[in-house]
Amino acid sequence: MKRMPLYLALGALLCVLPLVCNAYWLDVCVMIGLYALLALSLNVILGQAGIFHMGHAAFFAVGAYVTAILNTLCQWPIFCTMPLAGAAAALFALLVARPIIHLRGDYLLIVTIGIVEIVRIALINDIFGLTGGSNGIFGISRPRLFGFRIVKSAHFYYLVWGMVGASLLLFYGLWRSRFGRALNCIKEDDIAAEGCGVNVTRYKLLAFVLGAFWAGMAGTVYAAKMTTIAPESFNFMESVIIFAVVILSGGSQLGVLVSAFLFIGLPEVLREFSNARMLIFGLAMMIMMIWRPQGLLPPGPRHYAGPSDGLPPAAPRAGNQATEAGRSA
Amino acid sequence: MEQFFQQLLNGLAVGGIYALVALGYTMVYGVLKLINFAHGDLFTIGAYLGLTLLASCNLSGMLPLPVAVLAVFVMVALLAALIGFLLERAAYRPLRNAGRLSAVVSALGASIFFQNAVMLIYGARVYVYPDFLRPDFTVHVFGMAVPGVRLLVIAASVLLMLGLSAFIQRTRTGAAIRAVAIDPGAARLMGINVDRVISLVFLIGPGLGGAAGLMVGIYYGQIDFTMGWSYGLKAFTAAILGGIGNIPGAMLGGLLLGVIEALAAGYIAIAWKDAIAFLVLILILIIRPTGILGERTADKL
Repeated sequence: MKRMPLYLALGALLCVLPLVCNAYWLDVCVMIGLYALLALSLNVILGQAGIFHMGHAAFFAVGAYVTAILNTLCQWPIFCTMPLAGAAAALFALLVARPIIHLRGDYLLIVTIGIVEIVRIALINDIFGLTGGSNGIFGISRPRLFGFRIVKSAHFYYLVWGMVGASLLLFYGLWRSRFGRALNCIKEDDIAAEGCGVNVTRYKLLAFVLGAFWAGMAGTVYAAKMTTIAPESFNFMESVIIFAVVILSGGSQLGVLVSAFLFIGLPEVLREFSNARMLIFGLAMMIMMIWRPQGLLPPGPRHYAGPSDGLPPAAPRAGNQATEAGRSA
Repeated sequence: MEQFFQQLLNGLAVGGIYALVALGYTMVYGVLKLINFAHGDLFTIGAYLGLTLLASCNLSGMLPLPVAVLAVFVMVALLAALIGFLLERAAYRPLRNAGRLSAVVSALGASIFFQNAVMLIYGARVYVYPDFLRPDFTVHVFGMAVPGVRLLVIAASVLLMLGLSAFIQRTRTGAAIRAVAIDPGAARLMGINVDRVISLVFLIGPGLGGAAGLMVGIYYGQIDFTMGWSYGLKAFTAAILGGIGNIPGAMLGGLLLGVIEALAAGYIAIAWKDAIAFLVLILILIIRPTGILGERTADKL
């Protein structure tokens, strides 16, 4: 991998960052890590499989609420709720995505937006009497890891970025696997993929379920960090931000990290402009896309095993760009 | 029964407004295959411009009220059209040949930009439209008292939609717009100036959207800077419901969505009306994956 030194440098930088940052910026970095986690999980759906999905906040919300409810009502420790939060989000994704997975491009986009809105409205209306209405749920306890209580921003920082690191490795392995190749194939042309024997519906659903599982676990971390969650934290705008992070990244994992820093860090850097900061942020979004329409760092070409297998060397495939996702739709 | 008809008329009024905004989405989508997320904010700008023109220019003092309102309508539509035109030049034209989702992110950026621009210029508070604008007569239909403003909103949106239909179906320029929507490449070979058609669409869509903003101001009496976000989302839903890219589909989708919402608010629960609207959308798309009037195009292989 050509980008290995870049990853190592970034990793080293992230390791020492808490030593030089003040508490405020450390908190910002925790949020960046959280969005990176969400964007990495969305990247599987949107960047790798090319499914127009603008409703990731719904899965994030399901995970956060499952953790919050289990923790406040049943006194489960946070880390025990994490797999369950992921599983709940994944199950939810499976249930809602199954009937709509065959929709094309923009039709799927509005349906996923609709799902976010339905989830948010359901949470506000205190569905099942568990979600606490528009006030949300408070008093979520801090996570404990082998007796060590995770309280300070620095602890959360290492937790979140540790998860980001693990996700990077896992999703990289996935990208190299048959699964990753199938997703990329679906993105380039789903009819051709079907023709090659890829079960398009199954792989698309798998991408959804996996992405949702990860988003649900990110929800757990979010609930533990904030100790209070409310429906307004999971609105359509959150989905838009995660979506924009993935599109700006170009579809590579390193791109997602850089793009998360830009999207979440930029509004904080712009704080001195006070009211005008979101104005500048919107302007920056347009300028960044016009400056790099293909995204910051599109993934490099795939390299397949060469002549050593006795096969003729495969021609490197063209890089896949998240921005080309909709050509076939 | 009376409640049903009242809700139906209310739904048609709101639906007419949705339809006008949805037309902007669907026309832009037709020619560019782009979801113009900033369209909802052009609608907000229309509402605010209308208020400014009414309040500061004192038109209502110089002209009889209906004439003044009509004049403001035309001015708002023209100004919103101008902003739409500039938006396409600045934010979408450079991305014409890039991937579709890059342009969508640029549109989302433009939406955030416009929303905050309105907030910075006017402030974050809710604005109230002057009372005297609201026609306060009531019409008695079959023994029901219907607010006149409701009927006027329905009439105005139907009139605008009929005008647009006639323009698209009967004029040469309309034929050019339809041709570009079907195949921009072939349209260019036939001697159609595709760039001009796209600019024209970005004049018509925002013009209608701005007019709809003014109508919301008059109908509901108050406006705020985030309203474009929710109305835009609803109108986009309406456009998809009817089959995006399809002009009669947007009209039908808008009216239908408005009626569904009004009936859901009247008979089920007002707190759930948006969720029910989206649920109906999802159900309709499960049955008809390309919307109600969207054609099922064969896949090109």
